[in-house]
Amino acid sequence: MYGPLWRLLPGPWPVKALLALILVFVVVVVCFLWIFPAIAPYMPFNSYSVQTGTSR
Amino acid sequence: MMRGAWRWAVRVTGEVLITLGLLLFLFAAWQLWWTDVTSNRSQASEIQALEKGFVSAGLPERGIPGGADPRATLTKVPFGQAFAIVRIPRFGADYARPVLQGTDHDTLTRGMGHYPGTAFPGQVGNFAFAGHRTTYGRPLHNIDRLRKGDIIVVETKARYVVYAVDRHVIVTPDHVEVIDPVPQHPGAKPKEAWMTMTACHPKFSARERFVVFARLVKSIPRASGLPASFMAEPVGTVR
Repeated sequence: MYGPLWRLLPGPWPVKALLALILVFVVVVVCFLWIFPAIAPYMPFNSYSVQTGTSR
Repeated sequence: MMRGAWRWAVRVTGEVLITLGLLLFLFAAWQLWWTDVTSNRSQASEIQALEKGFVSAGLPERGIPGGADPRATLTKVPFGQAFAIVRIPRFGADYARPVLQGTDHDTLTRGMGHYPGTAFPGQVGNFAFAGHRTTYGRPLHNIDRLRKGDIIVVETKARYVVYAVDRHVIVTPDHVEVIDPVPQHPGAKPKEAWMTMTACHPKFSARERFVVFARLVKSIPRASGLPASFMAEPVGTVR
């Protein structure tokens, strides 16, 4: 999985390393800004009120 | 040939599992650290906007015709809108958090959430709101440090409403009677103005609720100003 990805990146190894770092950063940003906020409300520990019925 | 395919499968499975593990760590970091960063920022800007709106005081509050009632308070606020600032000297003289209408996930990331249908600040009945104990700016992180008699000032466009802490309970989340007009007395007719704060308990868990009840001390028109004594930090202030 990561082997083929590494071979896919162009240039000598310093360039590959830099591109890999950028890819990691992009993944982190996408997670922080969109994916995590979207799934957080469904986490069982993110319920903060009192309500009838089962707690969310 | 078989051997090569087997090795490939083991390698890919391992890489997927490591990736999932790293993503879980990343989610924990986001939940425990980044939500504080973003929520503190948005709650500070809500406070700024509220203070700006409050300065143009003298005007009657929304929904009150002409301010004929000298005890006029809010009656209706659109869902998700901020309408009050909570100040708790026990948490530091500079502690200020917004109260917004509604208790859904998004609202609670932007401040305290007012339980719809409960009273508004200063009204007879129970002004009840929820706040995060941990993460999302954790406005009620130290709710367990409040003591009987601690002052809570709720600032609206028209008034400073001063409450004093009476008692606390720890209950499971289905105990909705804590936000009843007379807290913990379902069906009772309210004669006094109460305030209820709910937060999670224990910290980092949603198993129970830490609930604090406070009783109205005084409701002061904004024009009169808030006596400084109410904002004095008590001994043992926690930030």
